[in-house]
Amino acid sequence: MQKQIIYLDHAATTYVKPEVFEAMKPYFTEEYGNPSSIYSIGRSNRKAVEDARSSVAKSIGAAEPSEIYFTGSGTEADNWAIKGAAMALQKKGKHIITSNIEHPAVMATCEFLQKQGYDITYVKVNEEGLVNPDDVDKAIRPDTILVTIMMANNEIGTIQPIKEIAQVCKKHGVLFHTDAVQAAGNIPIDVKDLGVDLLSVSGHKFYGPKGTGMLYIRKGVKIESLIHGGHQERNRRAGTENVPGIVGFAKALELANENMEAHYKKLKSLRDKALKGITERIPYVRVNGSMEKRLPGNLNLSFRFVEGESVLLMLDMKGIKASSGSACTSGSLDPSHVLLAIGLPHEIAHGSLRLSFGEINTEEDVDYLIDSLDEIISKLRNMSPLYEDFTKGV
Amino acid sequence: MMYSEKVMDHFLNPRNVGEIEDADGVGQVGNAKCGDIMKMYLKIEDGIIKDAKFKTFGCGAAVATSSMATELIKGKTIKEAEMITNKAVMEALDGLPPVKVHCSVLAEEAIAAALQDYKRRNGLIEDDRYEGCQGCCGGCGAQDIRHEHLHDESDDE
Repeated sequence: MQKQIIYLDHAATTYVKPEVFEAMKPYFTEEYGNPSSIYSIGRSNRKAVEDARSSVAKSIGAAEPSEIYFTGSGTEADNWAIKGAAMALQKKGKHIITSNIEHPAVMATCEFLQKQGYDITYVKVNEEGLVNPDDVDKAIRPDTILVTIMMANNEIGTIQPIKEIAQVCKKHGVLFHTDAVQAAGNIPIDVKDLGVDLLSVSGHKFYGPKGTGMLYIRKGVKIESLIHGGHQERNRRAGTENVPGIVGFAKALELANENMEAHYKKLKSLRDKALKGITERIPYVRVNGSMEKRLPGNLNLSFRFVEGESVLLMLDMKGIKASSGSACTSGSLDPSHVLLAIGLPHEIAHGSLRLSFGEINTEEDVDYLIDSLDEIISKLRNMSPLYEDFTKGV
Repeated sequence: MMYSEKVMDHFLNPRNVGEIEDADGVGQVGNAKCGDIMKMYLKIEDGIIKDAKFKTFGCGAAVATSSMATELIKGKTIKEAEMITNKAVMEALDGLPPVKVHCSVLAEEAIAAALQDYKRRNGLIEDDRYEGCQGCCGGCGAQDIRHEHLHDESDDE
């Protein structure tokens, strides 16, 4: 039976949980005051923002609420961390280390800085998509001012050894930032335990609202501000606070933390069921990324002899919403840089599919997905000259 | 990016998918690295294209342009088929998103490659102009004199 929508793209975004939406609602209508105003509906908004800050600090294990800075997105948090550190420390040096599988929010920011005269080293991941902390160690120079490596990858879900990389950075006295946008809400985050200096999170990846984000700045870490204006966020990020967004962000993160174990178990079980079913039914499939160090809801597969956009369009016709690493879905002519970085040939990378499971998904969804994929891949392969050559042994 | 209804129709219900066992001309263009390969089979009698079939590895637009190209050349003379440009394929599909224009070029080249193969087999070869797409999708190869590129749309590639 086909449901109207089977959403398997939770790494792209999630719906807002009803409890989260309920918590946000009053701040759109009755409680509309500016947190900077001193009258009652201003003060109540100030309290809402500061309560949210305390809650978020608790959720990620920050030492103090004052280490939490709300932003307009995960991308803004990444930009702020990287450009802010680059500007603050340019007298010390202009060398930044990152990986070759970062999200565009980090990658494009580093490219921008490169144009401004900074030197960027891209540490290569292995075939599972993992960064080796020793490689970071070797890449650090006297003029290195920042290391930025994502906690979990958005395409293949690989979870990096952040704690070990943080130790390397600490040893050299270099700032360490991690983009935890995909990790937050899916795996536990404890900034003290991880030992990171800067950490970015986005609200809409864990059933919170879009247009919300956060940068954790460890106490004592000085980075320049990007957005100047009023005194908001301790003078470091101007602009009237997005109060409903901040409230929703904190609530969603709080719920994700409370529910972490069950969430992890459920998503992993759906993911593993899908992987088993798909590989049993469909030949010539490859799993991309590490199966051990991986986000619970992420599955990234390459189907040989077919192209990813075609698979996505046909899945969409069946009500299944997913994502691909194919060039055709990105608007460029190259397939995903992440899949190329883990050593996939172009033609295999073109046939990749990212499925990211979430809390609304059921076992029935997975069964329907497996049936649909089986039918779609076989239809596309029958149309594919590559498959024809392969079956004829050319 | 949005596909027209016609593109979606030809993608989901492609016409003329398959092979022709005793084809009179077969052409293959594109390469797997770019993510597009089109293979076209033609049955030609008395200078008229009696049947055309294709196999395509590629995106929705690649499948749709292959499907439309085979529809456009069926029943045509070789000369008429040679005059079918990527623009004609695009127009018949009610347009393509700018980043997909190269798919229509590939379709035109697939027709040309199959016709050239026919001519080669029958000693009718005039020139070696159509070797199929050799460059890896620089958007739209642009070496071929017959392509009518929509530069206003495709320049952003």
